[in-house]
Formats: sequence, structure tokens, C-alpha cells
Amino acid sequence: MWRLLPRQIESMWTLFTAPVVWAVHFLACYVGAAIFCEKPHLLGGDFNTLRVGIVVLTVMALSMIVISALLAWRQWGFGTGDPPHGDPTRRDRQLFQGYATLLLSGLSFVAVIYTALPVLFITDCIR
Amino acid sequence: MAATAPALASCSGVQSTLDPGGAEATQIATLFWVMTAGGFLIWAFVVALSLYASQWKRKSISERGAGRIIFWGGVVFPVTVLTALLAYALWLMPWLRPFGAEEGTGVRVEVVGSQFWWHVVYRRPDGTSVVSANEIRLPVGERVEFSLESADMIHSFWIPSLGGKMDMIPGRTNRLSLLATRPGTYRGQCAEFCGISHAYMAFPAIAMEPADFEAWLEQRSRPSAGVWAPSAGHDLFMREGCGTCHSVDGTEAGGTQPAGIALGRTPAAGIAGPDLSHVGSRLTIGAGLLANDEEALARFIAHSASIKPGSQMPAYPGLSPDELRAIAAWLKGLQ
Ligand code: HEC
Ligand SMILES: [Cu+2]
Repeated sequence: MWRLLPRQIESMWTLFTAPVVWAVHFLACYVGAAIFCEKPHLLGGDFNTLRVGIVVLTVMALSMIVISALLAWRQWGFGTGDPPHGDPTRRDRQLFQGYATLLLSGLSFVAVIYTALPVLFITDCIR
Repeated sequence: MAATAPALASCSGVQSTLDPGGAEATQIATLFWVMTAGGFLIWAFVVALSLYASQWKRKSISERGAGRIIFWGGVVFPVTVLTALLAYALWLMPWLRPFGAEEGTGVRVEVVGSQFWWHVVYRRPDGTSVVSANEIRLPVGERVEFSLESADMIHSFWIPSLGGKMDMIPGRTNRLSLLATRPGTYRGQCAEFCGISHAYMAFPAIAMEPADFEAWLEQRSRPSAGVWAPSAGHDLFMREGCGTCHSVDGTEAGGTQPAGIALGRTPAAGIAGPDLSHVGSRLTIGAGLLANDEEALARFIAHSASIKPGSQMPAYPGLSPDELRAIAAWLKGLQ
């Protein structure tokens, strides 16, 4: 299965994958709902279309976060070493980043669910 | 005990969310108590835990054990609690705004906020409407939908005993739905700072039995008999031009001063002052500020800004005490 995942790269940027997915998902949900409720004709469909759209976006966002978490887990050596990875070595730096990325993925996962939770309860623009 | 008395006293009365007289307020009060109790339990648990760690525990725990505590106590527990609370609050939301389905059944109430008073129009199902001001009446047991607007700046319409607050925003119509469950006289208050007399922008809110409410509305839909009582007050009212800002049913006082001459601004809603058609029977004068009697009326007319700083009503230093008394008596007669 690890063949399917991209090769490990060494970059600070992978740290932010999950929070960026969270931010984009947040904006898409809120901007989408705002446009839909203010200009219903622009996007078309009824409120349930919007809810389904948000659910689809949410599943996509969660999948991306899970992949980012898997990659982070690999970078962290599958949890073989315990933190703190505090030594000034290349290996510790990598493990530290992997661990931090994993934690951020967890946070982003929960946050994306919270962002999307209203679609379970809200059935109308005005309520 | 003495220290808690003010706190306890503030939990009841005409303007308390925690002493609900309506369906929405009951749910908000429940939400408050659930949050408070939950918050207290967690607080007590954390304090007990830190006491345990700092005072009673002798041996230190293993690193593995500490990791487990952090995972369950610092991740799983807060995520579960927050998810439950969020879901509960979200589940509550549609109940607090039950629009749509029952549209057009009962009375709809339009309220326009202005510095520092409330214009109120009751739209009845038969298409007629009744204009009033600075007082809200609603039938117990019937859902009443409010349309909230503003003529100048942001105000907020809030009757804590009946439900949550809703802002009044210029250029927007916000909706609020309230269901009073207990008859009584409550108090509403502007809840968004709107100028120097913001705190004096209030109103009595009266929940009445539906039959009484209908009778009240029916009576309000006709001019007050007091309008035709022979009175110097009526003539003075017309002579002084009070009618350019104030409407009085059954007189030529229309209250729609077109260009807002005296105010130096154009009233957005086409109304410059509170409707006075039945002002004599309102509970208060000056939007919830003074008990409604002739003396208060005379004082308010003479120089409203001395009672209510920044009031948009001009002062009448030229009116003699007798004239003021005559106007006040005529207005008090508009029952
Ligand atoms: C320029 C418009 C204007 C004119 C002219 C005017 N008023 Fe007013 N009046 C107001 C406004 C605005 C208020 C609301 C003040 C507030 O509560 O902040 C008010 C409030 C009142 C109230 C209290 C109403 C209530 O429900 O609390 C009375 C009574 C009243 N006016 C009587 C008079 C009389 C009598 C005259 C003529 C002598 C007069 N007004 C002239 C604008 C006007
Ligand atoms: Cu206000």
C-alpha cells in the first residue's frame, strides 16, 4: 500500500497540507452558502442541493486530510520513536515534523467536521 | 448569602432570560443551565485532578500512562464534549426560528427602530393594520412573527423573558419569531449601542390572553374617543405642528413629515415620531422611561432631551405650564 503513496519529500510545506485543506473547505462552505442564500438563481438547485454539495466537499476534504495524516505517520516512522525529537539531527528533525504534521491533521479533521456539522440540522436559509 | 442576593434577584423579574415567559426563552434558559452545569462539572473535575496531582499523589506515573491521560483527557474527552454541545446548539437553531410553514396565520408585527424609540405596526390576517409605538402586545400561545427594520442605525430588539435578541439593521428586514407562554408584562430593551440615550430605548412587552389581545387590537383599529373631547390640548397640538411628526388617528395629524425639516434629516421609514393615537393608555412614556401620567407627559413635551439626552424631539420652551397641561390632558385622554 505504501507504494501507492507519493515518495517522501523533505519540505516544510507538507506540514500545512491539512490546515490548508481545512481553510479551503471552510471558505467553500461559507462562501457557497452565502452566495446560495443571497442569490439562489446563481447556483441553482434547492437547499438540499447545497447540503449535498457541502457533504461531498467534506468527504473530499476529510480524505485529503487522512492521506496527509498517513504520510505524516510514515514520516514519523510509524510511531516507532517517542517524542520529543529534540536532537539537532536530520533524523530528529524529520520525526518531529512528521509528528507535528500528524497532530495538525487530527486537529484539521475535527475542525472540518465541525464546519460541516450545521448541514445536518439547518434545513433552510433563514433558520 | 448577602453577596449572592443581587445575583439571585437578577434571575427573576420582567427582563430576565432565566425567568422565561416564552418558548424560545425557555430553550435559551435550558441551554444556559446545561452549559453552566456542564462547565461546573468539568471545572470541579480539573481542580480535583490538579489537587490530586499536587497534594495527594506520592509516586509519579509512567510516561506511557501520562501519554494515555493526555490522549483520553486532552483529546478524546474535549472533542466528545464539544461535539455534543455543538450538535445540541445547532439542533436548537431551527426551533428558535420556526418560519415558513405557518406563514400568514396570525398577527405579524413590524417594528422599526429609531433613535430612541420603536415604531410598531400590527398586520392583521384580514389585511388591515394597526399602528402603535413604544409598546409590544402579543397573544399568549400564538406564534407571532416580527419583521425588524431600522430607520437610522443598528438597533437590537430584545425581550429577554420571551426570546433571544435580533439586530435591526438599516436596509435589511430581519425576522424573529416569538411564542409567549405565560401572560404578563415584560420589558424589552435595545441591545445594540445606538447613541447617547441607548439605555433609555426600551419598551413594555405585554403577553395577553388571545381574546383580550383581539379585543385590544379591535379597539386600537379605531380612533380613540378622546380625540373629539372638547379640549384646548387638541388645538394646541395642531397649532404647534406636533402632527407633522406624530400621527393621531381621527385628526389631520399624519406624522409623515416628508423632509424631516425639524430633524434636519430624512426619516427613512417616513415616520418622524411615535404614533400617539392611543398614547394615553400606553404603560410608559419615552420608550419605557417614565410611568405614563399627565405630569410625565407635560415634562416630556416641554423638554424631552432633559429626560432623554439626545432625544430627536424638539423642545417647546414657548409653551406655558397651562398649555403643557392642556396638551398632556388631551393626550392622556387618548385611551
Ligand atoms: C420633529 C418631530 C417632532 C415634533 C415636531 C414633535 N415630536 Fe414628539 N416626539 C418626537 C420623537 C422623535 C419622539 C421620540 C423621542 C424618544 O422617545 O426618544 C417623540 C416623543 C413624543 C412623546 C412620547 C411618546 C411615547 O410613546 O413615549 C410625546 C407624548 C410627544 N412626543 C408629544 C409631542 C407633542 C405634544 C408635540 C408638539 C408640541 C411633539 N411631540 C412634537 C418627534 C417630534
Ligand atoms: Cu437603539
